[in-house]
Amino acid sequence: MKYLTFATATLAATAAWAETPELTVYTYDSFVSEWGPGPAIEKAFEETCACDLKMVGLGDGAALLARLKLEGARSDADVVMGLDTSLIAAAKETGLFRETPVSADYTLPIAWTDTVFAPYDWGYFAFVHNKDLTAPANFKALGESDLKIVIQDPRSSTPGLGLLMWVKAAYGDEAPAIWEAMADNVVTVTKGWSEAYGLFLEGEADMVLSYTTSPAYHLIAEEDDSKAAAAFEEGHYMQIEVAGVLAGSDQPELAEAFVNFMVSEAAQTILPTTNWMYPAVTPAAGLPDGFETLTVPEKALLIPAEEVPAIREEALAEWLKALSK
Amino acid sequence: MAQSAIKISRKTGISAAACVLALILAALGAVISRAEAGAGLGAADWAAIRFTVVQALCSALLSVVLAVPVARALARRRFAGRAALVTLLGAPFILPVIVAVLGLLGVFGRSGWVNDALGALGLPTVSIYGFHGVVLAHVFFNLPLATRLLLQGWRDIPAERFRLCAQLHLTPRAMFRAVEWPMLRQVVPGALALVFVICLTSFAVALTLGGGPRATTIELAIYQAFRFDFDLGRAALLSLVQLALAGSMALVALRLVPVLAVGGGLDRVMPRWDARGGVQRMLDGCVIVAAVLFLLVPLAAVVLRGLMGLPEMPGSVFQAAGTSIVVAVLSIVLMLVLALPMAGWIVGRARGGVEAIGLLGLSASPLMIGTGWFILINPYADPFDFALAVTVLVNAMMALPFALRILVPPMREAVQTYGRLSASLGLGGWRLWRVVLLPRLRAQIGFAAGLTGALSMGDLGVIALFADPDRVTLPLHMMRLMGAYRMDAAAGAALLLLGLSLGIFWLCDKGGRWRAEA
Repeated sequence: MKYLTFATATLAATAAWAETPELTVYTYDSFVSEWGPGPAIEKAFEETCACDLKMVGLGDGAALLARLKLEGARSDADVVMGLDTSLIAAAKETGLFRETPVSADYTLPIAWTDTVFAPYDWGYFAFVHNKDLTAPANFKALGESDLKIVIQDPRSSTPGLGLLMWVKAAYGDEAPAIWEAMADNVVTVTKGWSEAYGLFLEGEADMVLSYTTSPAYHLIAEEDDSKAAAAFEEGHYMQIEVAGVLAGSDQPELAEAFVNFMVSEAAQTILPTTNWMYPAVTPAAGLPDGFETLTVPEKALLIPAEEVPAIREEALAEWLKALSK
Repeated sequence: MAQSAIKISRKTGISAAACVLALILAALGAVISRAEAGAGLGAADWAAIRFTVVQALCSALLSVVLAVPVARALARRRFAGRAALVTLLGAPFILPVIVAVLGLLGVFGRSGWVNDALGALGLPTVSIYGFHGVVLAHVFFNLPLATRLLLQGWRDIPAERFRLCAQLHLTPRAMFRAVEWPMLRQVVPGALALVFVICLTSFAVALTLGGGPRATTIELAIYQAFRFDFDLGRAALLSLVQLALAGSMALVALRLVPVLAVGGGLDRVMPRWDARGGVQRMLDGCVIVAAVLFLLVPLAAVVLRGLMGLPEMPGSVFQAAGTSIVVAVLSIVLMLVLALPMAGWIVGRARGGVEAIGLLGLSASPLMIGTGWFILINPYADPFDFALAVTVLVNAMMALPFALRILVPPMREAVQTYGRLSASLGLGGWRLWRVVLLPRLRAQIGFAAGLTGALSMGDLGVIALFADPDRVTLPLHMMRLMGAYRMDAAAGAALLLLGLSLGIFWLCDKGGRWRAEA
């Protein structure tokens, strides 16, 4: 009963604030957590907007899109933040998003032309290892080595799907052979990123699929410089995280203002050390200390968003075949 | 037996069962209503179904077969710390999956204790990843549960029978045939069905320890269909397959339970006179030590990791713990409201087929139930407002089959023994429950309540879908910590979770056995 009383009180309190416009942003779990960028972003945006910013954390990027499809046009969300380049095509297909004018000087390794979604941060996928390990320089060397790796399942995890795209972008039709060579290196496949990274930290594998920015967390937050990301000669696949405004939003101006805020100096300085990704627009003061130590790939790989769905089907079938032997 | 002499109202039991069925079918119906015609099951799906069934069968058989000597040894011996050990037996089962997996890997993993020891002795290392790893993990989870269920069976054997055996100087083997085997035939099929269904819905454990996509289960395919492909038709079809598998297994198993036909006892607690020989003692001792090592060493790994992480935990962990406790307590209450009348209805019938309804609740994918109810609620209200209600409902439903399995056998015995007397005294309704049934089921109610509380404390299933931004449960909070690189803090939170789950389990279990013997 206590909970009912509590709920009633909360409802009453919400009603009293009804005159302040409310902006609802759907994003992934780790964004809204107290150690994520959520609290700082909320504070900074509310200082400028005279509104109430409500951020709702919903699993990961894929869960976010599934939720949106479930809610359809009835969604309360004004902005969706946290889809990545692999999901953009599917997101556009829903017809739930509208174009958003955004002005920013992106410092992405590629030119950004999409007018529906605006990128706010990005990273390179990479295999993270302990510094005392001599890491292979490419996928072929990895396949020939005895090194053990943990990866995520592309059927349940966005980084897992990213690796699939990475191998496909680097090797095209040769991808099945690469996977077959790597099959004996894969210790196991996990449901999501956390499980895989946890296994790696427990010493179950020599390398784990993560991001080039992962060592920055250990260095800056834990003052531990023992982790590094292996640089692969083929280039590294990018994950670009984007935000978009829903066509059904009842606060379109506010929603637009929020997306523009996300690429502004204020938000971009918050992201690197809270979301552990590169900012989409490098702040005037540069990247935080420690980021200069990170592995910077010579080549950035990315499959155009509209080609992803078809390639994904093919790559998934190849992956399943190679690893099920 | 078709018409029981006792007057337990069937109406409440039938309504409780109907509620459970409606809850599952409404969700399934909602998912189907939003589905577009899609492809049927492909070759990969059939491979997943095959793998799922085979691993679940192996895991269930092994868990229950191994549980027989463990429970027998525990039933025969009294030693210091036995009560604590019986409580700890609940621990692996209630841990969040990823925590238990990390604990297992701390012992059996590539850099686990076993391989460290083998390496130090110059022996080749062993890999846990593969089919055997999946079965090992499932046995780790379910052996304790099966042991507790069987132990309950031993406890329910009237003490007078043991006295009679002692008087007749029956050998342990003869006693097994005369007293223990009939009891096992009552208890084992249900336990098998229960463990089978638990393993049927395994996903993260099977995938992680199976070592790759060979170990794809139906639940993974359901997750993929809901989350990645948003193919609701496929999701519904796969959910249906899962329900059908669980339902048919449950029906087969419950058919195997013979009708009880022996006299009762006087509810007295008596010492055991049998199995006093040195060899018997030593064998029992070995079995108990082996089980303790297998179950508690991985737990020790979890505790050790957690202790290091405790100082790293942010304050919000305690807030999440508070939410989890509220959810657990509400789930216990709801579970009892559903389980007791249902158990009453089941024992009034000659065959226990109805218990299969309880198992359906467990075999339904939480993602399917969550999505279905989301579709149902969303047009009329904000699903967030129902986060707590749906979580409690799903948790209670998940615990229902455990509760039924725990409650039905002793209740059947109580009805057999006291049914005619109660009927001739005109006892019925609430008075029948209060005077005859509840006092006799006290220990089982405590055990069931404890299990429900602990299960719902550790559950991550449906809450993730409905997660209210301001009311996060402890397992979800732990996953979020892990998702943000904070593995140490997450290990601390896992230890807190383990402590709370065991605490609530111990409180209820102890409450039920107060002034009685386990």
